[in-house]
Amino acid sequence: MREGSPDPGLYDYHPYTSRPKIVWPGGKTVAVWVAPNLEYYEIDPPPHPLRRAWSRPAPDVVGFSHRDHSNRVSHWRMAEVMSKHGFPGSVSLSVALCQHHPEVVADAAARGWEFFSHGIYNTRYAYDMSEQQERAIIEDSIRTVREATGQTIRGWLAPALTHTPRTLDLIAEYGLDYTCDLYHDDQVQEVRVAKGRLASIPYSLEVNDHYGFFVYNMSGREYAAALVRQFERLASEGERSGTVMCIPLHAYLIGQPHRIGPFEQALRHIAADGRAWIARAGEIVDAWREQTGAGR
Amino acid sequence: MTLDPAYLDYPRRRHGYDHDLYAWSNIHERQPVRWPDDRSLAVFVCVSLEWFPIVPGGAFVAPGHMQTAYPDYRHYTARDYGNRVGAFRLLEAFEKVGVTASFATNAAVAERYPALVAAVQAGGHEIIAHSTDMNGTIDSSLEEAGEQALIAQALTRLESATGTKPRGWLSIARSQSFRTLDLLEQHGLSYCCDWVNDELPYRFSNGLTNLPLNHELSDRQIVTVQQKSADSWAESIRDAFDWLAREAAEQGSGRILPIHLTPYIMGLPYRIAAVEQLLMDLTRRSETWFASGSAIVDAWEAQQ
Repeated sequence: MREGSPDPGLYDYHPYTSRPKIVWPGGKTVAVWVAPNLEYYEIDPPPHPLRRAWSRPAPDVVGFSHRDHSNRVSHWRMAEVMSKHGFPGSVSLSVALCQHHPEVVADAAARGWEFFSHGIYNTRYAYDMSEQQERAIIEDSIRTVREATGQTIRGWLAPALTHTPRTLDLIAEYGLDYTCDLYHDDQVQEVRVAKGRLASIPYSLEVNDHYGFFVYNMSGREYAAALVRQFERLASEGERSGTVMCIPLHAYLIGQPHRIGPFEQALRHIAADGRAWIARAGEIVDAWREQTGAGR
Repeated sequence: MTLDPAYLDYPRRRHGYDHDLYAWSNIHERQPVRWPDDRSLAVFVCVSLEWFPIVPGGAFVAPGHMQTAYPDYRHYTARDYGNRVGAFRLLEAFEKVGVTASFATNAAVAERYPALVAAVQAGGHEIIAHSTDMNGTIDSSLEEAGEQALIAQALTRLESATGTKPRGWLSIARSQSFRTLDLLEQHGLSYCCDWVNDELPYRFSNGLTNLPLNHELSDRQIVTVQQKSADSWAESIRDAFDWLAREAAEQGSGRILPIHLTPYIMGLPYRIAAVEQLLMDLTRRSETWFASGSAIVDAWEAQQ
């Protein structure tokens, strides 16, 4: 990015209605990917000068134990529902989960899910990191996921969505293919980076389960209905040029007993519709690159 | 501006947790749990009985506390409504369908409102400890001696007002310090309901049991924080019941549906019918075992 400039210069402007036609494999109009955040939050992390990890002094019992629900109960509940309806995950991973709860990571790997980095912990923020520090967390991420799963990460979602002005340049330099941190579009787009290239794949804050339940205060059924409406619109507009729908999840939210049933209905709807290419993030970026004349 | 190099040190990056309070396990791989009479779903109704001093205090200000400049008649009285009216509506609703519940009770409520305690006891419900009053909040900003005295006082005052030694504890806002678990254990409690990381009881390292009381399903979260209607709350509880009953059948292991109620929230005239109808419907389900916290903990412990 252009550090300090009012326009950070992240990408070129392309109006939605005049773009090259993207057609997803099998003639599908919308690529649907599910992004479970598999996270570890430290109970008493070191303080960061710009952001508090917890709203209460440690231990923030509800904050910590709510998130811990993912790793004891709801990960498997969410994952079973996804597998049952044919949705692989593209995991936003706190890579230290590979050390703390390798059982969760192994379950996701066994289901054929793709992993990308969400930092070391969701309680360690990138703001104000030096270039050397930021390289260290990228290298740690690549090494940790490779050792735990054999996969080489291809993407990045900044830990707790915390960035530095050089994050995008650095991940491109390390050969990562996509970022999930930019919310400017419903299609895959090129990101301006210093060296190499980087795609932005639509993640989504708006239909993120966290926003659904804690920003918009939706019930489980209202959230499921929002997902279906999001899908219907993107599937229809994707006839002009293929769109992307992401469903970003946190097991401790979507896997609660009052929400998982309605969520399963939404997945059933999307899977049965016929217009969805249900894929992993890397596959979506590859299919887009191939059609935009810049295949790998 | 750069960060302290130590910000990238991870001394507790290891297998298991970054603390020693309890061990990790996956609920779906544990030994199955069975509830009495082949019921698969223990419905744990927990009612908070709260008295808010009109002068707020404590380690932090409790949810629901005074909000205006002193004297805040509005919130003092609206909260006390629960102890005068709402709690009795709930007690009648429980009696109608045979629900046994646990009442997490401020010591001050037990002392101030003996008629309410008598009605709770006459209904066959359990009384568990819920600090001294709504200024009795706990977090790590408390000195050890202060926290120790707060817990001791809450227990002795509750016991002398009710004639029974409580076995369970619910912290205000489920908030603890790093010392709380040990203090609760040292004071002879069997269980607490503060940690929301599980859907079955489990033991802390010090031997105390956690009986999870899902805050996401509480009336406070759904009705007060998320501002949903009583009907939306009931719909969510029904959806949770259906899912848990199905999961219990598929996995051959009992589950718990926690229903956390607050008299000044769900005990209002325009909301109580949603509670009554829900309880009536759950009574008709063959999976339901309405049980107090102690009954659930005892049944679980007998199988460990």
